[in-house]
Amino acid sequence: MWKWLHSYADPERAYNLSGKLLPWFAMLATALVGIGSVWGLAFAPTDYQQGDSYRIIFIHVPAASMSMAAYMAMASSAFIGLVWQIKSADWAAAAIAPIGAVITFIALITGATWGKPMWGTWWVWDARLTSELVLLFLYLGVIALYASFEDKVLAARAAGILAIVGVINIPIIKYSVEWWSSLHQPSTIRITEKSTMSTDMLYPLLINIAGFGLMIGAITLIRFRSEILARNGMRPWVRELAIAEGVK
Amino acid sequence: MQFDSLADFFNMGGYAFYVWLAYGVTFFSLGTLVISSLRQKRKVLNDIAKKIQREDRLKANRSN
Amino acid sequence: MKKGISFRQAFFTLLKRDLQIAIRHKGDIFNPLLFFILVVTLFPLGIGPEPQVLSRVAPGVIWVAALLASMLSLERLFKADYTDGSLEQMLLSPQPLPLMVLAKVLAHWILTGVPLILVAPLLAVLLHLEDNSYGALIATLALGTPVLSLLGAIGVALTVGLHKGGVLLSLLILPLYIPVLIFATTAIDAAGMNLPYSGHLAIIGAMLVGSLVLAPFAIGASLRVSTN
Repeated sequence: MWKWLHSYADPERAYNLSGKLLPWFAMLATALVGIGSVWGLAFAPTDYQQGDSYRIIFIHVPAASMSMAAYMAMASSAFIGLVWQIKSADWAAAAIAPIGAVITFIALITGATWGKPMWGTWWVWDARLTSELVLLFLYLGVIALYASFEDKVLAARAAGILAIVGVINIPIIKYSVEWWSSLHQPSTIRITEKSTMSTDMLYPLLINIAGFGLMIGAITLIRFRSEILARNGMRPWVRELAIAEGVK
Repeated sequence: MQFDSLADFFNMGGYAFYVWLAYGVTFFSLGTLVISSLRQKRKVLNDIAKKIQREDRLKANRSN
Repeated sequence: MKKGISFRQAFFTLLKRDLQIAIRHKGDIFNPLLFFILVVTLFPLGIGPEPQVLSRVAPGVIWVAALLASMLSLERLFKADYTDGSLEQMLLSPQPLPLMVLAKVLAHWILTGVPLILVAPLLAVLLHLEDNSYGALIATLALGTPVLSLLGAIGVALTVGLHKGGVLLSLLILPLYIPVLIFATTAIDAAGMNLPYSGHLAIIGAMLVGSLVLAPFAIGASLRVSTN
């Protein structure tokens, strides 16, 4: 098992494997997000309380749930890279960070556009929104730290430490923010409870959650591949590839 | 189909602005991310190819 | 030479050295303190002199100013040692790195955290803080500022090798400061309303214990990356 895994730590094999996986991820992701969004936008029944504005849920909830999952994925690969010195894991972490930031940004924006018609305001200092905002800052910190080192081996280690420190802090931040908002907001606003959702609404939502997950996987593979190429510029196989596909 | 006509669909029961803003921002930023990620690979390969060309030119000059 | 020095000796030698250096450069102690005082005095000028408004925002203002002052002073924590090479000596020494790092952070807290705690009540007077809140203010600062120093030191250790550390540092560590800020200010608010606040203090205490145990290792690992 370990031997098998280690063979994929070799950059060339990792590059080729991710190249083989990419079309499947991309196709499935496009299909699922397409089906889920069209179903959600056009075919799911109108909510009797929120009218059609609730249709934002089909992208908001997937983005919000994936934003945390992407951070966990980034931190675990950073951990693997730090502890077992597997460089591919470092590159994977570096590939996920910008994607996670974009997903978190989407979750915030869709939350705001949903909040405006429902709560009458673009932003409330609600626990979920606030911790999502903090999560965005954590992502941006990791990205900025990774970008500011010239030596990318060091950059990956530094950003990895920061990501892991962030993981330890996320539950504390979440808890403190929840506690804080319940204290400052006695008449709090509730997002519709998920359990009361009819299956006609639930299926497109689940499809979109799966689709967003696969899409993050697909974009991670794309970025992971270019990260491998950039970090292995001196290897013969990369040079051959560059000569074949590079400048005309 | 939940809506009677296409105009109804775009109207989103009066919430058109918010719904389409949310979907627009989402797919725009995802699209930008995908395109920039794809371009990144091209750029990396171009940079390496240029570097190889430069090295080759240096080598050629030196052997003269 | 064979025996070397004990862990305790190493810890106190480093602590004493850092304190001595700082006492010789008095600016290191006074500049963050002045910054803290100035930021707090700016707030009444910005939001108006009404006592009710000021006493409502006083806990938050004092704590945010303390957060910024602590971050500002942290930037210098490892810088001098990094440039003159003594940090590398520290990394090479046989004593465990987390211990040495803890000594440095403790020295930093004594130099910047403690003066801040001493000045805070005076500033609280300027901001018309509720009379009941003074105890809570001191207690939260006493428990909270070491957490700030410990968490902040991780960010400083990560950025010490970089030339443009300043803005990056704030992006790295301010999000981590949020829990301390929340629990400290709500504790002061609760005290102002004559409510019990020992629970808040216990949580800040737990954060202090947690960061005392974990942060030195993270700081040590970060220093090893930065000095590579």
